Amino acid sequence: MSFKKVTTGNHAVSYAVWSSRVQIISAYPITPQTQIVELLSEIVAEGKLQAKFITVESEHSAMAACIGASATGARAFTATSAQGLALMHEMLHWAAGARLPIVMANVNRAMAPPWSVWTDQNDSLAQLVTGWMQIYNESNQEVYDSVIIGYKVAEQVHLPLMTVLDAFILSHTSEPVEIHTQEEVDEYLPPYDPGEYYTIKTEDPRGYGLLTMPSDYYEFRYKVQRAHERAIEVFKKEFKNFEEVFGRKHWFFEEFMMDDADYVIVTSGSLSSDVKYAVAKLRKEKGLKIGVLKMRVVRPYPFEEVRKVLGDRKKIAVIDRNIGFGYHGVFYEELKSALYPLEKRPPVFGYIIGIGGRDVTPADIEDIIDDMLKRDEMTEIIWKGVRL
Amino acid sequence: MIEIRIHGRGGQGSVVASKILADAAFRDGMYVQSFPQYGVERRGAPVTAFNRMGSPDEIFVRSQIYEPDHVVVLDPTLLLTVDVLKGLKKGGWVIINSPRDPEDFYKDFNFPRDYKVATVDASDIAVKWGLGSKTQPIVNTAILGALSKVTGIVTLESLKEAIRENAPVKKEENVNAAVEAYESVKMVQEVS
Repeated sequence: MSFKKVTTGNHAVSYAVWSSRVQIISAYPITPQTQIVELLSEIVAEGKLQAKFITVESEHSAMAACIGASATGARAFTATSAQGLALMHEMLHWAAGARLPIVMANVNRAMAPPWSVWTDQNDSLAQLVTGWMQIYNESNQEVYDSVIIGYKVAEQVHLPLMTVLDAFILSHTSEPVEIHTQEEVDEYLPPYDPGEYYTIKTEDPRGYGLLTMPSDYYEFRYKVQRAHERAIEVFKKEFKNFEEVFGRKHWFFEEFMMDDADYVIVTSGSLSSDVKYAVAKLRKEKGLKIGVLKMRVVRPYPFEEVRKVLGDRKKIAVIDRNIGFGYHGVFYEELKSALYPLEKRPPVFGYIIGIGGRDVTPADIEDIIDDMLKRDEMTEIIWKGVRL
Repeated sequence: MIEIRIHGRGGQGSVVASKILADAAFRDGMYVQSFPQYGVERRGAPVTAFNRMGSPDEIFVRSQIYEPDHVVVLDPTLLLTVDVLKGLKKGGWVIINSPRDPEDFYKDFNFPRDYKVATVDASDIAVKWGLGSKTQPIVNTAILGALSKVTGIVTLESLKEAIRENAPVKKEENVNAAVEAYESVKMVQEVS
């Protein structure tokens, strides 16, 4: 029987990794991630999880260890945050290019300088083109589930996956999480079978990742992209399977009060809770037909699915807790781009908020909604609450 | 939705107190959320932790709590440097670790009569049960016993279970401290 436990986002990751029967964990500590691998190191030391915990001297080495382990057919895990993720950058390309289904938890923390330990999304969004799949989470339950779904999808499409949780607002916040038994997780997630082409075998020596001439390299990249496209279908199948075993629905995004919504707020991560609160309040108090679309899976990007639910609306506001310097909020630009092929498409307004862990309240969101309602023309970037 | 703010100092167990309170409320059937004010904690420095408790049907926002229903103060010297009453809703309880009488806080610290004060000598209780040292008692479980009695938000039974689940060491001593505080907390007479 599953049971509910009041636990942090960090420990929700650890429990999910434990139940996923991960075989290799390699990590380097960094705030606010450290608790994830701290608990895992205890679980491994106590013999509860048959895994090897490899301590290393940097995040770059942590990912390198995961790559080596995954290439031999082991299920590998690491966790990091901000500067640690940036230091891994070279190895992220390697993991995806070598088609290794490593799962990593990244705790969204603002990049230095100036130094910060608080949340925003610039660290993970800076890795969007490395070939990793990415899932964003609003609650600790989503965090827990995303690890288990993550391995299931990653191992079918041979791509690594990053699940993302907000620093402190999820990582250090305790709330009820349904933790499943080993039997239940085993039913959903079988042992990793890398198949013939993805395993290093000493009895069958081959070359991996060698110098590849322009005559062939191009196709390797095409195949990574194809794997992402295929992952859309695999996600759909696995969301359904997951619901059958665990009873919880997941999708590329969550729709909240969307049925008759003329106006939609698109957002992601823990911010979504405050957005939902404000939207529910405005519906109740003012009868405003407004809903929320909370993005979860952003790599692969669910173009078709997003168009289907957003095409026929009056106005859309995207709230980004990140800034793509010299451009705009990343979720904003991607959404606009996704809607472009539609003949009739709503205006999309882009708001930046909460960078570096600046607290976001439902009142801030109400201000944004008021602002969106007043605007007619699409406009430049809008910074909410910045002190000038 | 009930919102609580806990003020303490690094090393007193404020964050664990918040977590135990959440666990106890969850055992009593509520949906819960507990989180520290996200800082870089240091021993002795002011620490704040927050709790939201309510029905599972409610939307739990994730911003910090600016207008708590009740406030818990683990170290009375914080009153000298931190505005522990900030945003506190009228009629809310201020539960303070102090050997003094609740009335003293209206007289000596000019607490408005809008708020209800409860005091418990959590430091003395903690020392008695061997929790922490005499100079640095760990008062978190004792103060929760007082909170259970004063507010009735969580039952003593659930609190005991939550302490047993979350206290890293000396589980029964922590339970005993909570029970003793539950029995000895002093509450101001109802505000007129």
